[in-house]
Amino acid sequence: MSDSEQTSNSAAPLYGVLAEYDTPTALVKAARKVRDAGYRRWDTYTPFPIHGIEKDMGITMTKLPWFVLVMALVGMATGTLFQYWTNGIDYRWLISGKPFWSWPANIPIIFEMTILFSAFGALGGMLFLNNLPLPSHPLDLKERFRRASDDKFFLVVEASDSKFDDKETRDLLGGTAPVVLEDVLEDRITSSVVPRALMYSMVILGAASLVPFALFAQSRSAKSREGRLHVVWDMDFTPAYKAQEGNILFGDQRAMRAPPLGTIAQGHLEEDDHMFTGKVGDSYAIGLPSSITATEATMLQGKQQFGIYCAPCHGLGGEGNGMVNERASTLKQGWVPPSNLHQQYIKEQPAGQLFGTITNGIRNMPGYAAQIDPDERWAIVLYLRALQKSRAASVDELSDADRAQLK
Amino acid sequence: MDTRASSITNPYNGPLEGDNAFAQITHNVTRIMQAPRPPLAWYIAFAFALSLLGVFGLSLGFVVWEGIGAWGHVHPVAWGFPIVNFVFWVGIGHAGTLISAVLFLFRQNWRTAINRFAEAMTIFAVVCAAVFPGVHIGRPWLPYWMFPIPNQMQMWPQFRSPLEWDVFAVGTYATVSILFWYMGMIPDFATFRDRSTGTVRRFVYGLVAMGWRGSSRQWHRYERAYLLLAGLATPLVLSVHSVVSFDFATSQLPGWHTTIFPPYFVAGAIFGGFAMVVVLAVPAREFFGLKRIITIKHLELMAKVILATGMIVGYAYAMEMFVAWYSGAMYEQFAFLNRAFGNYAWAYWTMIFCNVVSPQVFWFKKMRTNVWVILIVGIIVNVGMWFERFVIICTSLTRDFLPANWGAFIPSPVDYATLAGSFGLFFTLFLLFCRYLPMVAMAEVKAFIPESHVHDH
Repeated sequence: MSDSEQTSNSAAPLYGVLAEYDTPTALVKAARKVRDAGYRRWDTYTPFPIHGIEKDMGITMTKLPWFVLVMALVGMATGTLFQYWTNGIDYRWLISGKPFWSWPANIPIIFEMTILFSAFGALGGMLFLNNLPLPSHPLDLKERFRRASDDKFFLVVEASDSKFDDKETRDLLGGTAPVVLEDVLEDRITSSVVPRALMYSMVILGAASLVPFALFAQSRSAKSREGRLHVVWDMDFTPAYKAQEGNILFGDQRAMRAPPLGTIAQGHLEEDDHMFTGKVGDSYAIGLPSSITATEATMLQGKQQFGIYCAPCHGLGGEGNGMVNERASTLKQGWVPPSNLHQQYIKEQPAGQLFGTITNGIRNMPGYAAQIDPDERWAIVLYLRALQKSRAASVDELSDADRAQLK
Repeated sequence: MDTRASSITNPYNGPLEGDNAFAQITHNVTRIMQAPRPPLAWYIAFAFALSLLGVFGLSLGFVVWEGIGAWGHVHPVAWGFPIVNFVFWVGIGHAGTLISAVLFLFRQNWRTAINRFAEAMTIFAVVCAAVFPGVHIGRPWLPYWMFPIPNQMQMWPQFRSPLEWDVFAVGTYATVSILFWYMGMIPDFATFRDRSTGTVRRFVYGLVAMGWRGSSRQWHRYERAYLLLAGLATPLVLSVHSVVSFDFATSQLPGWHTTIFPPYFVAGAIFGGFAMVVVLAVPAREFFGLKRIITIKHLELMAKVILATGMIVGYAYAMEMFVAWYSGAMYEQFAFLNRAFGNYAWAYWTMIFCNVVSPQVFWFKKMRTNVWVILIVGIIVNVGMWFERFVIICTSLTRDFLPANWGAFIPSPVDYATLAGSFGLFFTLFLLFCRYLPMVAMAEVKAFIPESHVHDH
């Protein structure tokens, strides 16, 4: 602080009287005297809190804990109600059929909100009650007062106190053995007017800072043909190839990837040639494959499948006179009739060849591999054999019971 | 180190100005800020920290650009290093508030020498921790989905998820720690303001000091607010790592689904946090001439805390094994046998050595009062605490119920780069703090020296 500034302030009214002390003990003793003299607008300034000085100064307990309590309750209520409203009402999460509001699981966040609000209450309440931030103060003009944050102890009685008296107060403080006793003048140097340029730039910056938010709000409510604006596209735009499209990324330029040669779907490893092709080596198999047994159930299954797939052309008896054949023959449009399955050359064919014919088709009969499972095709072969037998059997081949029935 | 030799090379070990104990404390702390330049060791450390910070920036940039597959995590270890590092750093961040709040409530006045930079360490550690889940979510531009902000999806977060609790617990902890730290610094900022000479410094320190003038009426409310904040921060600090442990404990994975996790995590956090405090305190007091304030007595007390919490952690390890055996649950028993003797046995035994065996040297006073021993054990404990989280995450995830779901976790170079880089962020912030902010709570230290006592009668 220069001397010229000091003199320019010299016309200012008195703020108070400042006494400086070297030790906390001296300050406390002085504080008791000032307290007992009945002053109200006075304070002590120390580099650290002196414990117990509240009593010596007559400071009553602060209201701060009530601030904090209120903030704690507000935090708790906010935590509870906000979670209840969001998860219990506004956006319900159904998790494993649990209730939408199950409060024990909400306790951690209620707890954290309580602490968060109270902490703001403690700091904010302290600043508010202490009248902080306070940019300027008459004591700032005192060069020696800077040591209040270092190692010296000060006592100031303000001139605005009703008991303040130019002489009496100075005598009172002089009697407390201060190191220094000085007048403190009101601050007439520090301007309380905010510079105009600063004001304007604050207003302009403040208004400019609203522009991005206004743009956000505008683009959220406006309709546009362009689609949404995105800084990061995320997965909003994920072009995918369609099945039959070309794709230059692959050597064969196809989007579809063929499975490697010899790929077999699960459960389709057809190892038994007899069962699935009707052949053993290069020749047709004679009998049924080992996994098919000639039981009544298989026979009935064969009869059912024969009725579905074979009878429409070959007829229920296999004579080649099914309904399709009857109709096609009347149209006379180059219809190749289905074979009569009782012809000698068919009767002599091995079972594997019959299976092969059902599987792959013959002449204008299509293959039935796609429609009839292999075990059902074998059941049809079995039924067909029985059908052929039924047309050429002699009475001798019947059992006694059947022969008795014939009579 | 010979103090006379270092006083020649280091200007901060010179004699203190001031004719009384208060002024000497002020000078001891403020000369760091007032000095035209910090010691050479600070520059070397800062260059090193800045280059590590560069590694952090580049590796995280690569992860964001390339996707988090650049890290080594694979099925079934989707958490990998990022979550290990997150839990590690959050744990480090516990000592600060513990020293500030819990030791304050217990009237452990020795805390005043170390509480300020322990609090700073807390905040920087939480910053480091927050980076990892922020990037690990995969789309680091969408972390606001974790916060209850009205959005065009018209969705709210699921508040009953432990991961959402985590957001609130760590967020509250970071906020309250910053408030607590800032409020503690207001009187010291005033001291800095009053002692700095440059206009810029006076303005900036004046701004953050908010016009604090040390009035006793203000001190009264200030102390009440400090007490209340300490009371609030104490359950908070216990809740944070408990909630972090819920991320694990509420899952059904063998090795994670245990009720011992919350207390065990909190003890481990205090253990690791104190170890980090001594790792920072030993060089800081050496290079900035704070040996008169942070004395060997303080380091010894911290060594005792490390020993005590190390024993709690060791007890927890033993109890996990016992409960796994006692439970009779096949998967639980396998998980813990696998921890000790399975695919990551080397990590488990590293952890046991670092966390349980190494602090045992602190039973001897000679060891507790040797700065080198304290520093080395502090570093070893930090390594051990990192391995603890690695063991918990990797052993349980790689060997869960079905062997078909087993796997192996091999970190990628980017994993190591982000881990090392996070130390760069931490040390850069810490070194800036040492240079520009009050490293010791001057007002609090002054309030507990004999000269501060009022001699009444």
